[in-house]
Amino acid sequence: MKEAQEFVWMGAIPLQIHLHESEVTTVPPPPPALILAPRIGYLPLLLPLIKPYFSSTLPPGVDTVWFEYKGLPLKWYIPTGVLFDLLCAEPERPWNLTIHFRGYPSHLLIPCEGEDSVKWNFINSLKEADYIINGNCKNVMHMSQSDQLELWNSVVNANLEAFIRSSSKLKSGTIEDDYASKSSLSSQKSQKMIGEADTSVQTKTGKVPVRLYVWNVSEDFGDMEDAPPIDSWDRISYVNRPLEIHREEGKCFTLHDAIKTLLPELFGKKRKPSEGENDEQSFGSEEETKNNRMTEEGEGNISQPLETGSTADDDPEIKLLRIQGIEPKLETPISWVANHLRHPENFLHVCVYIKVPSAKSL
Amino acid sequence: MNESAWDGTLSASEFSASAQAFAEKWKLNNPAYPPWTWVKSLEVPIFATNQQVEEGYLSLENVCIVKSNDDEVASCVEGEASLYDKEDEESTDSATLPYYFDFHIIYSASFRVPVLYFRAYCSDGRSLGLNEIESVLPANSAKVLLESKWTFITQEEHPYLNRPWCKLHPCGSSDWMKLLFQAVEKVDRPAMELYLVSWFSVVGPVIGLGIPIQMLKEP
Repeated sequence: MKEAQEFVWMGAIPLQIHLHESEVTTVPPPPPALILAPRIGYLPLLLPLIKPYFSSTLPPGVDTVWFEYKGLPLKWYIPTGVLFDLLCAEPERPWNLTIHFRGYPSHLLIPCEGEDSVKWNFINSLKEADYIINGNCKNVMHMSQSDQLELWNSVVNANLEAFIRSSSKLKSGTIEDDYASKSSLSSQKSQKMIGEADTSVQTKTGKVPVRLYVWNVSEDFGDMEDAPPIDSWDRISYVNRPLEIHREEGKCFTLHDAIKTLLPELFGKKRKPSEGENDEQSFGSEEETKNNRMTEEGEGNISQPLETGSTADDDPEIKLLRIQGIEPKLETPISWVANHLRHPENFLHVCVYIKVPSAKSL
Repeated sequence: MNESAWDGTLSASEFSASAQAFAEKWKLNNPAYPPWTWVKSLEVPIFATNQQVEEGYLSLENVCIVKSNDDEVASCVEGEASLYDKEDEESTDSATLPYYFDFHIIYSASFRVPVLYFRAYCSDGRSLGLNEIESVLPANSAKVLLESKWTFITQEEHPYLNRPWCKLHPCGSSDWMKLLFQAVEKVDRPAMELYLVSWFSVVGPVIGLGIPIQMLKEP
């Protein structure tokens, strides 16, 4: 369990950040900044590292920093790793971003007044997750200011040890599942969430905080390299709905079931969880998922057959699904995915490329 | 007998039903105002393929707010008579630049309550910043806004439209909805159709939109 958390916290994206040409006042222009950005972090937090590269070349004025990828202004409150997973169909290393210090697109992006804005947004998300998991925001509300600050700083510094210490007061809960209790591979201890002390509280509501970023891929492309770039946020569907897990005796609620449950508009009536998930298969999934983890980020098996199982031919096809830079098998139990791959604010961020058949009969 | 006490929240389908009821009552009792319309979430690109999508939100747009003297806010609709009947007190030399507001009532699946999103703009289409909006709000809400900056009205992204809007925070909504029904209606669990009417009776005045008392009564 701790191993998975470490994997998530150590995940980083190499960035190559270019100053926008309109803001370059020196000849020759400054070289790009090379920064390793934590996946669980946020782009504005990198400013102290980036600024020194460009401060001597900026035109006069007040800084209003924003980032852009291939013309798309980046939403600063989406974790860096999620932006990368979503916008780079074929992972680009280093990831080439453009930074602007002027001309904030305030008609498109909500304002960002530095670290405070990002922190406020994080705490609010934490409260939202708290509400989803526990039915109220008490855990977060009862944290003292200094505890909240400590928690936030552990995220800024991507310091897992500090995070575990400060989040012990948050009863973030685990999701129990038949898979978990039957498994003999993982010990009981490994089922506990962050903060080993006394926070292994089962989620009261049985709901999981999930944020889904869906791109409807209208054309077929063989390689991810050929995927058309996302030129507007209007092409991405953001679905912020809690996932309700439907438990059925002897059946495992999988990642695939979760996606279908979260998008009933696409997948028709809510379907029952997948059948035939016995212990061995579950272990198999875990092993394989571990293997996926060990390989380099983003170079997972794109060629995985992503069938929609027993569903009808005109059902949407999941072409790609990424969480924390890996592509978990769709049969993976959702409890494992949610418990191990969530972000520090307790949301599971999932990027999905879906192909919706154009002639859908209704 | 319903054992568990009502927690002040409502489900997505209850919201849709309540929104219909609210829109109908509004139309009936607020003829001076444009009606609220139900907008299906077809902006969400992937949902556009399914005409049966039920998710949507209530929309009231182009409401003209004219600030009269002091802290009273008069609402008008494109120059029509003000609902607050403050015409006599309006002074022509105060800052009466007409602002236009768009209001969206959107269901929050996380908090299971409605959330009010709004934005304001001038007649030339320029969006108003949070500070300018604050200056148009009634006095008491401006005060609350000042004292609790991060937990009241904030600028956030509209859930569907990918643009910055203002949002009235939902965190305490379920609590005061519960109290409202227990205290006023003396029931433990409301007829869900009335949820939005009651909700709006609290939220509306904050942004300068009162509702006529008739709306609160059963038809």
